[in-house]
Amino acid sequence: MKYAYYPGCSLESTAWEFDKSTRAICRALGIELEEIPDWVCCGSTPAHTSNTSLAVALAMMNIEKARAMKMDILTACASCYARLRTANYKVKNDPAERDRASAILGKPCEGTTPVRHILDVLVNDLGLDAIRSKTQRALEGLRVACYYGCLLSRPPEIAAFDDPEHPTCMDDLLSAAGATPVEWPYKTECCGAALSITNADIVCRLGHKLLSMARRAGADCLAVACPLCQANLDLRQSDAKKAYGEIPDTPVLYITQLLGLALGLTPDDLGLDALIVSAASLLEQRDTAKSAAGSGGTR
Amino acid sequence: MEGSLAWKGATFLREVERRSGTPVSACFQCHKCSTGCPVGPEMELLSSQVMRLIHLGEEEKVLESPSIWLCASCEACTTRCPMGIDIAGVMDTLRIMAVERKAVSPDARGEPFNRSSFLGSVKRHGRVFELGMLTAYKVRSGQLFADMDKAPTMFKKRKLALLPTKSGSVNEVRDVFRKAEEEEKKR
Repeated sequence: MKYAYYPGCSLESTAWEFDKSTRAICRALGIELEEIPDWVCCGSTPAHTSNTSLAVALAMMNIEKARAMKMDILTACASCYARLRTANYKVKNDPAERDRASAILGKPCEGTTPVRHILDVLVNDLGLDAIRSKTQRALEGLRVACYYGCLLSRPPEIAAFDDPEHPTCMDDLLSAAGATPVEWPYKTECCGAALSITNADIVCRLGHKLLSMARRAGADCLAVACPLCQANLDLRQSDAKKAYGEIPDTPVLYITQLLGLALGLTPDDLGLDALIVSAASLLEQRDTAKSAAGSGGTR
Repeated sequence: MEGSLAWKGATFLREVERRSGTPVSACFQCHKCSTGCPVGPEMELLSSQVMRLIHLGEEEKVLESPSIWLCASCEACTTRCPMGIDIAGVMDTLRIMAVERKAVSPDARGEPFNRSSFLGSVKRHGRVFELGMLTAYKVRSGQLFADMDKAPTMFKKRKLALLPTKSGSVNEVRDVFRKAEEEEKKR
């Protein structure tokens, strides 16, 4: 299994631990990643809300680079995933969009190079059995609220690998890896995304709603697969509590970090020190509980 | 809302439909988009109200509204619309038209962020240099000290790189910006 890897800008800075843990688990699972040389920004939300032609063309530049590599694209960022898939969808289905993108890039664009999310690859290419056979007991008993956010599953004609209102791929992966996903109703509610920079007050309101519901559902932590979801729930967690009321500190981990722990990788391999609300005490408590259970001879 | 509403013609509706490529006229005001909208509580015009005002040809009311800048592009409305209207896509089109017609609300913080700070960074480096982008936004928006308390943590966690990484394709990117601006004018 080999893919053309598109990290995206966030994974070079605010979400460096998402990049590190993605590469680490792929290595551990035998998934080969070859970074797309000289990849460029996908344009993200600012491009599609200010120039539709630019949004398609920037994404298409990367897709064309991957086409030359003759591999499917793999990306971990939910926003990059949505932008690349949207460009493909438009170019493939609308001749006017195809002509426009081809004119801008100065070469024929086809929109036929598949763009895959790491979750899709893990569940559908690698398979849950492979995950189950390679994971240890590190996550046993850990109650996780899987938070999918918006763009992994919406709109369904673009993000086609899971149910748009009730996605399950992260829950399935974490179950296979030995954790206990909790049922909760806000799996696909929005965190406010890029409003974090312009309207932080809104992001705090939404973040508090999500975190307190995850707690009410019995979760110890959240699993995410989007740099903006992670930043909005982690970096802004203390502000959200100040504005909307106390809730226990709730670590927000990338799904790749949790899977990495289950695969026996170290916190250092997975960039766990990048979390602002630390997961250290949560993981220590579990180690202590487990070794106590182990010395009791129950396992 | 102030004043009474009367139909002002179909010109605005037709233009929004053409540019967004989605049938705004199919909206029958079920309000499913508004009820599921995460930023509904902060919007003075809900998404279903925006659809209705487009029907009525209320161009100024719509384009000057700060609400169109609060859409987080979460696509819940687009996914759930029973008439298949790409409502989030309409919000994009409205923002683009508001900029073209110099009708952007002074309360819209998204505009300087999108165009100057974020896309400016992409044009310069081929990628987003987050520290540079955030600084540029703070200067432009005048919100110099907002979130300053976050900076030490971000640096400590190595989440803000001090120097940009430039894509080797940056010249190509600048060319794409130039041509995309020309193409966009033809729409």
